[in-house]
Amino acid sequence: MGRAKVARKSTAIDMTAMCDVSFLLLTYFILTATAKQPDPLDVKIPTSTYKLKVPEKDIALLTIGKGKVFFETAGPDIRMNMLDKMGEHYKINFTPEEKKRFSVIGSFGVPVQSLKQFIMMDGAKRKVSGLETGIPADSTNNQLADWILFSRQAVAELHSEAMRVSIKGDANEEYPAIKKIVDILQKQKINKFSLITTAEGGS
Amino acid sequence: MAELDTSSGGGKKGGKVRSKKVSTKVDLTAMVDLAFLLITFFMLTTTLNKPIAMDIAKPDKDEKSEERLELKASQTMTILLGKNNKIAWYMGEAGKSAPEIVGFDQVRAAILDNKKKVLESSGKDIVMVIKPTSGANYKNFVDIMDELLITGIKTAPAIDDVNILDSEKSFMTQQGIL
Repeated sequence: MGRAKVARKSTAIDMTAMCDVSFLLLTYFILTATAKQPDPLDVKIPTSTYKLKVPEKDIALLTIGKGKVFFETAGPDIRMNMLDKMGEHYKINFTPEEKKRFSVIGSFGVPVQSLKQFIMMDGAKRKVSGLETGIPADSTNNQLADWILFSRQAVAELHSEAMRVSIKGDANEEYPAIKKIVDILQKQKINKFSLITTAEGGS
Repeated sequence: MAELDTSSGGGKKGGKVRSKKVSTKVDLTAMVDLAFLLITFFMLTTTLNKPIAMDIAKPDKDEKSEERLELKASQTMTILLGKNNKIAWYMGEAGKSAPEIVGFDQVRAAILDNKKKVLESSGKDIVMVIKPTSGANYKNFVDIMDELLITGIKTAPAIDDVNILDSEKSFMTQQGIL
């Protein structure tokens, strides 16, 4: 008289495979996440309710804060091409190594004369070197206008696209400082630009 | 699986002393939990932290261009951005109507009110003229552009930081916001 025995199954599951997959995904996300470039110029950007995302390609970013202007373009190829043109214009010879190093620098704010020295520094030294005085943008020494012009040419040559210009301004920056930069843009017939903001409610 | 086998091999007395058989299986639940938590974190931070762009178009500065858009005074609302986060606004032509000074929390009501009035009286959309003065800061400018979006102003606003009229200036200095 055999009673059918219900086999007792263990509830524990083998998690090895799951663990493998999850760590694979984790690794993927960590590697693909673009490391946030430390902002050399600390700005607090204003909030808005706009929903438009900033494109990642063919864009130049002007950071304005504390009366200084920093400049950044997206893409190493654009940066190198831009530096070539800039060097030609200001009669500065950049070595291939310097070009390569420059192509990974994000936002920078040094006069072109001290750029060579700036490029060869380590990331940590750059901040304390005191070289980052902002890009000169006066009417007599308007390097910013040249940077913008050459980056636009580089984007047009390499990607056949029109470059967008975006402005990332500090919320407490005086309006005339912004106006000065905008006037430089308008001189080059850039009448449309994007202002970088964060979502309302966020930090 | 998933738990450590800690039971000792020996149950019988007087038998051979057996070495403990320790299972090599480790409980992975906590590890998987952690991994998924991190995955979620990275997924969210990579996509959600994108900045947002506000597209602004300014009038062409070319002196040669003769194209000047005439605006009907009755349809125009001029907003002057002053210092201390204050706004002065008036309808129509400068000097004819006294500007009103408001803060950023009341400007929305004023815009909506004027928008309604213009639409009722002329059947046309209101045209906004934004004049940031030297006293304003960047945040004020972004805020006012944002207000225009919130209040649903469809016509492109005219951003004019050059032609700030003397009457506007004197009014703002009087009120201490320039």
